[in-house]
Amino acid sequence: MNLQLTEDGRLRHLLTLDGLPRAIVTQILDTAESFMDVGEREVKKVPLLRGKSIFNLFFEPSTRTRTTFEIAAKRLSADVVNLNIATSSQTKGEAILDTVDNLAAMHADMFIVRHAQSGAAHFIARHVAPHISVVNAGDGRHAHPTQGLLDMFTIRRYKGAFHNLTVAIVGDVLHSRVARSQIHALTTLGVPEVRVIGPKTLLPTGVEQMGVKVFHDMEAGLRGCDVIIMLRLQNERMKGALLPSAQEYFKFFGLTPEKLALAKPDAIVMHPGPMNRGVEIASEVADGPQSVILPQVTYGIAVRMAVMAMLAGGPSA
Amino acid sequence: MPASLPDANTLIARLADAIAPTLTPDTFIVGIHTGGAWVAERLHALLGCKQPLGVLDISFYRDDFSRIGLHPQVKPSNLPFELEGGTILLVDDVLHSGRTVRAAMNELFDYGRPASIRLAVLVDRGGRELPIRPDFVGLTVDIPDHQNVNLSRLDDGHLTLSIA
Repeated sequence: MNLQLTEDGRLRHLLTLDGLPRAIVTQILDTAESFMDVGEREVKKVPLLRGKSIFNLFFEPSTRTRTTFEIAAKRLSADVVNLNIATSSQTKGEAILDTVDNLAAMHADMFIVRHAQSGAAHFIARHVAPHISVVNAGDGRHAHPTQGLLDMFTIRRYKGAFHNLTVAIVGDVLHSRVARSQIHALTTLGVPEVRVIGPKTLLPTGVEQMGVKVFHDMEAGLRGCDVIIMLRLQNERMKGALLPSAQEYFKFFGLTPEKLALAKPDAIVMHPGPMNRGVEIASEVADGPQSVILPQVTYGIAVRMAVMAMLAGGPSA
Repeated sequence: MPASLPDANTLIARLADAIAPTLTPDTFIVGIHTGGAWVAERLHALLGCKQPLGVLDISFYRDDFSRIGLHPQVKPSNLPFELEGGTILLVDDVLHSGRTVRAAMNELFDYGRPASIRLAVLVDRGGRELPIRPDFVGLTVDIPDHQNVNLSRLDDGHLTLSIA
């Protein structure tokens, strides 16, 4: 059984982009497009989710993702409650499903879940009552579907289509739920060439089976690219044996103006944030004319509105 | 009940004649997507309106969203003027329950507070469920609830009305 879709093929939960049909992905992007102008109006709200209660369940800290989910929910007129659970009941040892049951008893309609454990959102989705939807806002190393979708939305806005693109994902693919979601979305949407670029220690073994080309030499990997997606290098990776140092990493895999010049002249540069300037990306590139990093954040609101509206509308499964 | 409806273009011309004497130069014509937008486009030309034409897609304001969900292709509303204090002529093709017009007025108010809104419809088919009445009507006709009145546009841009 597909946990994400209803029997008649509508979106029930959004947990992963792995296996999500192309028609649904495209529908989310199209719906997001129609939400784009809501942010420009006198009253930045539409009444679609009036009376619905949305709970942001963040078991792991996040600023951007939580804030954009909150803004998106508020622009749809929903009531939003933010729970940073790392600092509340989890420290008292309350089990995750008890937390969920308590919030369901407060008449929650939707849970937005971020958790350090892979599969946490699936676990909650399996447990909740039929009228409640779950959105995965990042689970461990597994998936971050709304980030993947907003990246596709950004690419479509700047490049118009997917069928003629070469897209490179650069950096710590091994630990990145964002990269996994991006790869699934890019292949679903028919991008003919998806490349992953990084040192052997930061690429998962067998990543080729996801339909990507592997490069360990960044300069070779960037040649002819239309889209370059930089991943955040988590500082804690430096402490292990995976990397010698941040300076060394920047030298080989940091995106500098010189390396960017190897891609197509109209290539765009993306980053899911938060950036480590001078580690995976040079400030000249991050703030340069080819960077679309801040538009990504803006588009994230419209994309999250689209996901929430599609989940909340229509008869419950 | 009529087996067929009059020619849509004749009705639009009739509607334009009714509106013309009351149309002020500062009136903004706004059509409701899709049929109302076609009618609004014709009226805009026939009346020689100098203000830009607006289009509303009321999908985000429908009152049956929680029952039927979101329409798959919502076109962004386009109101290329300052609505605050404006004089609005709202245009739809078929007036039935009045719920579309209710949704359209709610949406208009999210762009600002208009000075006035008047309503022009091509066909008033009866069956109102809300206290809404048009200011200008091309044709008034009683159609049973189980039937639909549709305005469609052919490839050559010709508009036709049909009952199904």
